[in-house]
Amino acid sequence: MIFKLEDVTVYFPYDNIYPEQYSYMVELKRALDAKGHCLLEMPTGTGKTIALLSLITSYALSKPQNSVKLIYCTRTVHEMEKTLAELKSLHNYQALHLGPAAKILAIGLSSRKNLCVNSRVLAAENRDSVDAACRKRTASWVRALAAENPNVETCDFFENYEKAASEALLPPGVYTLQDLRAFGKQKGWCPYFLARHMVQFANVIVYSYQYLLDPKVAGIISKEMQKESVVVFDEAHNIDNVCIEALSVSVRRQTLEGATRNLNRINQEIERFKTTDAGRLRAEYTRLVEGLAQRGNLPITDAWLSNPALPDDILKEAVPGNIRRAEHFVHVLHRLVLYLRGRLETENVEKEGPVNFVASINAHAGIDQKTLKFCYDRLHSLMLTLEITDTDEFLHIQTICDFATLVGTYTRGFSIIIEPFDERMPHIPDPVLQLSCHDASLAIKPVFDRFQSVVITSGTLSPIDLYPRLLNFHPVVSRSFKMSLTRDCICPMVLTRGSDQLPVSTKFDMRSDPGVARNYGKLLVEMVSIVPDGIVCFFVSYSYMDEIIATWNDSGILKEIMQHKLVFIETQDVVETTLALDNYRRACDCGRGAVFFSVARGKVAEGIDFDRHYGRLVIMFGIPFQYTLSKILLARLEYLRDTFQIKEGDFLTFDALRQAAQCVGRVIRSKADYGMMIFADKRYSRHDKRSKLPGWILSHLRDAHLNLSTDMALHIAREFLRKMAQPYDKLGSSGRKTLLSQEDLEKMSNDGSINEMLY
Amino acid sequence: MSSGHVTKRAKYKTSIKDPGTPGALRLNEQKLMFMPDNRNSTTKLSVEFKSIQGHKYTKEGSNKPPLINLSNTQGGSYIFEFDSYSDLHVCRDFVSKILEKKSRDTSSVASEKAAVTLPDEQLSAAEMHLRIKLLQEDSELQNLHQQFVGGNILTEAEFWAARKKLLDRDSSRKSNQRVGFKSVMISEIRPLTDGRTNKVTFSLTPEIILQIFAEKPSVHRAFLNLVPNKMTEMEFWTKYCRAEYLNRTKNVHAAAAEAAEDEELALFLKEDDILATEVRKKIRRVDPTLDMEADEGDDYMHLPDHGIFRDGSKELNESQHELYRRTLLQDLNRHAAVVLEGRTVDVEMEDNTRAVAEALARSKQGNCGLKFSCKEGADGNESEERLDRMARATALEDLQPPHSLPLAPLSIKDARDYFDSQQVNALETSRDPSGKMESLGSLSTQEAYASVRDAISQIKAMGVSDPIINPEVALKVFNGLTHSISSIKYNHGKNPRESVLDRLPTATKEKLLQHWTCIQELLKHFWSSYPITTPYLYAKVTRLKDAMSNIYRQLEEMKASLKSDLRHQVSLLVRPMQQALDAAIQHHDADLQKRSAKSGGERPNGYV
Repeated sequence: MIFKLEDVTVYFPYDNIYPEQYSYMVELKRALDAKGHCLLEMPTGTGKTIALLSLITSYALSKPQNSVKLIYCTRTVHEMEKTLAELKSLHNYQALHLGPAAKILAIGLSSRKNLCVNSRVLAAENRDSVDAACRKRTASWVRALAAENPNVETCDFFENYEKAASEALLPPGVYTLQDLRAFGKQKGWCPYFLARHMVQFANVIVYSYQYLLDPKVAGIISKEMQKESVVVFDEAHNIDNVCIEALSVSVRRQTLEGATRNLNRINQEIERFKTTDAGRLRAEYTRLVEGLAQRGNLPITDAWLSNPALPDDILKEAVPGNIRRAEHFVHVLHRLVLYLRGRLETENVEKEGPVNFVASINAHAGIDQKTLKFCYDRLHSLMLTLEITDTDEFLHIQTICDFATLVGTYTRGFSIIIEPFDERMPHIPDPVLQLSCHDASLAIKPVFDRFQSVVITSGTLSPIDLYPRLLNFHPVVSRSFKMSLTRDCICPMVLTRGSDQLPVSTKFDMRSDPGVARNYGKLLVEMVSIVPDGIVCFFVSYSYMDEIIATWNDSGILKEIMQHKLVFIETQDVVETTLALDNYRRACDCGRGAVFFSVARGKVAEGIDFDRHYGRLVIMFGIPFQYTLSKILLARLEYLRDTFQIKEGDFLTFDALRQAAQCVGRVIRSKADYGMMIFADKRYSRHDKRSKLPGWILSHLRDAHLNLSTDMALHIAREFLRKMAQPYDKLGSSGRKTLLSQEDLEKMSNDGSINEMLY
Repeated sequence: MSSGHVTKRAKYKTSIKDPGTPGALRLNEQKLMFMPDNRNSTTKLSVEFKSIQGHKYTKEGSNKPPLINLSNTQGGSYIFEFDSYSDLHVCRDFVSKILEKKSRDTSSVASEKAAVTLPDEQLSAAEMHLRIKLLQEDSELQNLHQQFVGGNILTEAEFWAARKKLLDRDSSRKSNQRVGFKSVMISEIRPLTDGRTNKVTFSLTPEIILQIFAEKPSVHRAFLNLVPNKMTEMEFWTKYCRAEYLNRTKNVHAAAAEAAEDEELALFLKEDDILATEVRKKIRRVDPTLDMEADEGDDYMHLPDHGIFRDGSKELNESQHELYRRTLLQDLNRHAAVVLEGRTVDVEMEDNTRAVAEALARSKQGNCGLKFSCKEGADGNESEERLDRMARATALEDLQPPHSLPLAPLSIKDARDYFDSQQVNALETSRDPSGKMESLGSLSTQEAYASVRDAISQIKAMGVSDPIINPEVALKVFNGLTHSISSIKYNHGKNPRESVLDRLPTATKEKLLQHWTCIQELLKHFWSSYPITTPYLYAKVTRLKDAMSNIYRQLEEMKASLKSDLRHQVSLLVRPMQQALDAAIQHHDADLQKRSAKSGGERPNGYV
């Protein structure tokens, strides 16, 4: 359908539109008009992504003079593929109605591992070795060498791409990673470098969060984006955690050992160069004297992870004199590693601020703050000078330099925590030194500053006023949308008691109670026998899941479950989990039915949809609180209390409930879909916990469903499934309309009732 | 198990509610005996299997106790309750085997004659078996066969020639349906302890072994390599069970230590390398919307030692013996995956584990070859299919108009109407092309009534703009119907919908139905032999005609023998049959006349 939204003609690739999608577009447009940031919460299953893409691309089409670029950030690669698929159908629709004027270029961007088409590079095990294998064939010095010596292996795809030079362009269109690879293969061009190159011409770029938030990656990829771009963070309920992780580093014994090995290797290289090509080292020295610590215009293939500190905080000065010489710098690093090793040998937990820590380094190792700060750039320059291509071998020393640079740059918002062993396994010594960031606003600040509109959106942003505080920004629009439902297609329930009427909970003191495990098991056994197709279960942690499955296995509950449905489980091995998910879907498709056991905060909960028959019921066993004894969490809570006046309890509950809501929200995809959600913990019946759930769940949580036992839940589930099996009128029954056609929209905008609908 | 006898503890019950008498149930090939614990009790039983007709049993997983119900030929039954399902299964298998054997014996008597009356045909044993099996399965067919082939009206070949389809279809799907794996994990064998000593026992059946092989390809490979060259099968499985036991104790160190000493044991404890390569292959073909491995490849935030390391959400893996750590979770995933792939080998006939192992290896090889050969072509299709799947997954279904073709809504006001009309359809498709008359005649009153009623209501709604039925025909049918309906109503009161057949005495009804099938069979053969081109056909037609007039007479007799109130209805039912027969006989006579007239003149070649 095509309709007018004030001065913008919106192209929407479906015949109908949900009212909340319409109002979402209205709010989004307001934010774009005001050139400000916005925060929008809309329930899952209401077509957020397509509404967003449709409005922003239409907005750009209607204002051809100042082209608005869309930078769309997803959390995972598969979400990226999904977004691009939706964009593709939208683009086809626009092209159908507008013709060539609608032409856009949209690309997805990912690492070499996901884009490379060179089979020999791809043979490498993991991402870092793929990167290194690529560099080994494409680094500028390798290619220079290959020009003289034909035995040096290069990459044909890259050579062809280079040969095509400025000819190497992607024709307009929407390219998923798969399409990029196919295009690259067909043309014989390297899709990875082609995509990198095309970023500057693309109208829509879809990539992962970290390409904007993590300074190490953003420094090389996102530095040339225009201010006018619209940045969207989709599924952004965890964005604060991503920000924090982006600036945190931890050092372990293995790291230090590896770093020592790396340094020895660097020393050897330096010696080698001294005898063969001393001029090169001298040239580097003079360059550093001139203050060229920052890389100039390096060839694209030499680019590497950049400085871990944020761009605004990097000093534009010359590298300090004491580390300009290569061997001096290596000495400094040796001393740093030695100092860190000394610090790791502690018997107690230690916590320090960065300022104290730097002072202590200065006192014990004689390295001052400024030197620390330059560590990363200096290392990078040295490795380029030494022409090191197997970068995957040098990750350890990189970590040390990342750590040094961060600790030398920031004085607040961080703390250094040294733990001699893990709290949960005190008998195994495993010392770790962690530099942990507490302030999510640090990493995202450059994004807010650089781009005029940043859109943060998700299905669960409740309480919506907390996010501006955590991220320290001022949205021009901040709204939470309700879901207008044609029928009650979601059925949340709080289960507080098991079949024996005893309370169930994953509270610390009840967790190991065999009665609770049995009650949880019985609940699932009953549910698998009445719910068709797929059921998803979320547990509070891997260890809890492990434990409870073992108990169920011993007591025969698992066997009972398997009599009705196949069982698939998320493990810590992503490959296995991916295959398990794939099989799970096949089991649901073929009608056999399956149960998927997963973990809140795990990878599956974060990004996999269990829509339609893939999930008719989600059971959240317990409340997914963070591990409250974690030193890092405690330090962060303290920081939040001191700087933002956020109470510890409030934050913990907020965090746990957003995870729970996230887990159960995966079952709904559209209004034609339906699903049940069971919160199986007695603590959910308490108002202070429950009220933190997003409004769209709360509005369907009836009072009668707040304190159920297994048998009652079973009865409700039966009734619900029976009701959902009936045919219904998807346009919505009397009163509010839940599906608008083009005529409806026109009529409403004429008589002004559209505003009524919005509020 | 198949030979000898079975003895189990059980309770004998006269009815399901009866608490039962505890005792021992002993089954052998001839009879079943029940000895109550209480010697004085009178419930001692000894029943010959000859008198047992069928058996029923409760399904595992239902909430009922494990019961078996043996019904005897007199209509009574013996109910036994067992202590466990495994006991029940043993007895059930035993009983079903014996019953099967028994039925084979009886039916072979019946079909022996058939085998003898085939001098003109060379039949393979397999075909013979198939025919016998078909006859056994379908009693109606058996009756027909007896009547016609036995009565020398049709030859064996003629009889089966009309049923070629039945033969073909059956030979193509010899095993009716391939049974998949059970969802329940049986490969996870549990040790049984006797409680007194430290000994544990594992029990393995071919079914379990097949599943172990399917789920653990490396065990399968080891079996093929080692047995029987390096060790006996017993040794192999002992070792396997030892490894399983070690795994269950979750003592990683002990497992590692044992594995270091014994390289064969290590095979079972180590991670499965075949699986690992398989996994790497599979992951490339996974749906991109779930590919979490790609995420990992894109995640620069979690470089080693970057990000938050110890906040309690990350898990601890303590052991350095990663190699020997196989978790229950992995096993569960693997099991479910194998179940989904489905069974490739039938174990039922294979009692020998070696045979099972080899069959599995063969089927795997076959699969591999197949995959390899279509791999080239599949690549393109695969990406297309992926895109298609993706588009389906991303689309919001209720925002767009429905995809499927417009369907007329099914509105069933009266279920009976619906099913009756379906029955007619089914009949029509199975009907031979022998003549229109018959189909007109066999229109039952309900159907005609329903169609007229529909037509009338349509006309009421839309007017007679385009009448479906010729008005004269409609009037005729309508008149006929009102007549018959009123008479039936008069006879049977309020329920005009009830089938006339139901009103008849069972004996009459069965006789009628049997005549009906006979007539159908005869007519089929009759009409299919026209035009008569060979003396053989001529002879056949004559035989058929005699049989038909025979039946015609029988019908008349039956009508005459009935009481007057039923006679009218039976004659209504019989009339179409007789009409059909009349038509055939008339045709035959006319043909005969023509033939005799012609035979006076010249006789062209090939005509009799």
